Amino acid sequence: MSKRKVKEAHLPIGECISEVQRVLRERFCHQQLPERLEGVDSQYKHLLELLRRTAVHGESNSVLIVGPRGAGKTTLLNCALRELLEEKEVKRNLLQVYLNGLLQTDDKIALKEITRQLSLENVVGDKVFGSFAENLAFLLEALKKGDRSSSRPVLFVLDEFDLFAHHRNQTLLYNLLDVSQSAQTPVAVVGLTCRLDVLELLEKRVKSRFSHRQIHLLSGMTFPQYLQRVQTQLRLPDGFPDARFSHEWNGSVQTLCEDKSVEEVLQRHFNSSKDFRSLHMLLMLSVSRVSTANPAIRPADLLEASRMCSADPKANILHGLSILELCLIIAMKHLNDIYDGEPFNLQMVHNEFKKFLQRKSHSIYNFEQPVIMKAFEHLQQLELIRPVDASAAKTQREYQLMRLMLDQSQIMEALQKYPQCPTDVKQWAMSAFG
Amino acid sequence: MAALLQHPCYEEERLRRVADKLPCREVQAGTLLSVMGGPEQHSFPSIFIYGHRASGKSHVIHMLLRELELPHATVSCVECVSVALLFEQVLLSLFGCDAASLLPRSPSLSDFVRIYRQQCSHSPAVQTRYIVMEKAELLRDMDANLLPALLRLQELVQDNVTVILLSEIVWDKFRPNTGCFEPLQLHFPDYSKGELQQILAQDSHPSYSAELYSSYINILLGVFYSVCRDLRELRHLAALNFSKFCEPLEEGKVKESDTHKLWRNIEPHLKKAMQTVYLREVSSVQWEQLQQMEEKDTGAVRGLSAHAHVELPYYSKFLLIAAYLASYNPARTDKRFFVKHHGKVRKTNFLKKHEKTSNHLLGPKPFPLDRLLAIFYSVVDSRVAPTASIFSQISSLVTLQLLAQVGHDDQIDAPKYKCAVSLDFIRAISRTVNFDIVKYLYDFL
Repeated sequence: MSKRKVKEAHLPIGECISEVQRVLRERFCHQQLPERLEGVDSQYKHLLELLRRTAVHGESNSVLIVGPRGAGKTTLLNCALRELLEEKEVKRNLLQVYLNGLLQTDDKIALKEITRQLSLENVVGDKVFGSFAENLAFLLEALKKGDRSSSRPVLFVLDEFDLFAHHRNQTLLYNLLDVSQSAQTPVAVVGLTCRLDVLELLEKRVKSRFSHRQIHLLSGMTFPQYLQRVQTQLRLPDGFPDARFSHEWNGSVQTLCEDKSVEEVLQRHFNSSKDFRSLHMLLMLSVSRVSTANPAIRPADLLEASRMCSADPKANILHGLSILELCLIIAMKHLNDIYDGEPFNLQMVHNEFKKFLQRKSHSIYNFEQPVIMKAFEHLQQLELIRPVDASAAKTQREYQLMRLMLDQSQIMEALQKYPQCPTDVKQWAMSAFG
Repeated sequence: MAALLQHPCYEEERLRRVADKLPCREVQAGTLLSVMGGPEQHSFPSIFIYGHRASGKSHVIHMLLRELELPHATVSCVECVSVALLFEQVLLSLFGCDAASLLPRSPSLSDFVRIYRQQCSHSPAVQTRYIVMEKAELLRDMDANLLPALLRLQELVQDNVTVILLSEIVWDKFRPNTGCFEPLQLHFPDYSKGELQQILAQDSHPSYSAELYSSYINILLGVFYSVCRDLRELRHLAALNFSKFCEPLEEGKVKESDTHKLWRNIEPHLKKAMQTVYLREVSSVQWEQLQQMEEKDTGAVRGLSAHAHVELPYYSKFLLIAAYLASYNPARTDKRFFVKHHGKVRKTNFLKKHEKTSNHLLGPKPFPLDRLLAIFYSVVDSRVAPTASIFSQISSLVTLQLLAQVGHDDQIDAPKYKCAVSLDFIRAISRTVNFDIVKYLYDFL
């Protein structure tokens, strides 16, 4: 590249920043496909080979990709498809049908969706005609008529595969897997699921037709690899318009990852979960703090982002309660201590609170029963306490049995952080039994 | 403070205008804006915002979306009793009424996503579209698939769309059992006392000075802050009681500077308000009327709960008393209370107080019909025939919800009941028939 051209490529800092934001946001939020997959080479090869055999040689296959949430199942599949579709022949031939267990909640809807995506003859515009039975018969016939050599292969992708197993009689799964077992139109059924016990959900006849090929995506990442991944995720691509800025940015990312405090934060994140989504969330939060005044990610940004991600939400909620509500929670805590986790009702809580008032405090907290009831109901609305049985209408409100949904340590921690907590209330909470 | 609300993609002038309308929420608005990013940039698929009631969640969101003119749809999950209404509202506000009319009669999520994608291909998103769900906790009670699907809507429709969920309840209570796409959680902290004071002092009365109103708010918070931190409730109370606060000023008894006298005047009034208006015992209209006729003491008008006494037939009253006694007394003490010549009961033995928790703490116990009738005959002085009318009175007490039937196993043969009235209520009833109920209650011996 000539010198002149490099000079031209300088952009004002504001544009650079918004370009950085655009690129990285697309990567983190929009789940853009990475250029190269890391750490799953064998799985990738396996899947690609399998799909190629269907697309090119007309072999019918079925496979399940199993892995926890955010382990990169969809990314793996899409990467394999991307490579597969680069071949002209395949691109022209392969038909794809995407189904999602969240959307296609029963077989009827799923069948319509299949017919629509295959644009068969009974589809006009995007309306599908015929009843469920007709549609099924039509589809099966269309699939049966084909044979290995002449008809176009079909790829069925079933996202949230475990939800399809909850359909009635598992008709759809049965038919799809049956087609894949017999010498008809070549189909590949790819299921994506996060349930490890998904095969136990299948009926026996469905299970016997499944090829039992499973691709497990269980992350065996080590911490240095994790750090490496953070770096590649934050790195700007080569095609970035301003080369000098991109170089500086990449340098700053490098130094960021070598920072001790950053490493500590990432280690903590790594210990809690290895999945990519939570990492993306963390990085996304720190990237969103980048601005013109602050053109690179500082360690402080990452620390702040991690603080936001790992804050205890219940402690946050407890922080905003009024004194009266806090007193009620302390009374409930004492009841839990004394009666060993037995459920309680409002009367008992009020009684406990009254004992405290008589013994220790002045009359400032002397509220009437209805005011206390209102506070109690507010706690119930926040789901900090929960009724033991749902038949609420039968019993009077003050005698309804409740359970506290908070941990002892949570209460004590919230008490420490509570702004201007009265000393007597604090001491009451500390005392062992009421 | 307005410096916190900055973004290169928006005009500064406009952002300042937004910041002016969001007192004490600059930090949260700034964070939210930085997460949302520029209008053309991608945003996180779902954002979950939680915080207490009236902590400005929807206000901040709406101000940002409206003032910055971003395409958005606001859905209140209370209104959407079925998913069809929800889908219709989203499509209507994002794509106009043509799209909404495409929905079939009882749409599934699949239909919604299909139509969304179709519309999207006609008018692809230039700017991020936002779908705001208020009271998102109600989404849990709808279809099990709805919440996970909404959380990954961006992926499903392949459009630049962000779903924002607003709720009072923490995210932990939302998570479905097979997991879902985790949203970005943002917390809106509660207003501190100073912030509440600052916000409430903004709507001061034009005919009085701002300092006076501010000192009024100070007194109000002094009374109510320990019970209530809800900004809306406090604002309502402030508006209701201000005229009373100004009364001595208007009469010329007190000068504005004399805060102590003003405080002495208003404090008992506010304390009374806590027992009446705050609990909605007395409606705000009644409360205003009361303030007008000052000679009558406030609270002289009976509140809602004072109307609780009901006029019952003579035997119904006794039936209810008998039911109360049966519910709150242990059965083994019946002989001592209701049989005239019950033989010798040693007092020490009888008053075993080893059961520490009294029945008035644990609530009413169920009792069989026979026991109710036995106590009934014992407490009624005259001879009463067990006619059909007595039994029908029992069942009409059940329909009035003064008694509750327990266990629906058998309607005719040995039904069990529970008494569902409070002690004050039963005392009032027994006073009308000259019956001293406290003497017969085991807890008060």
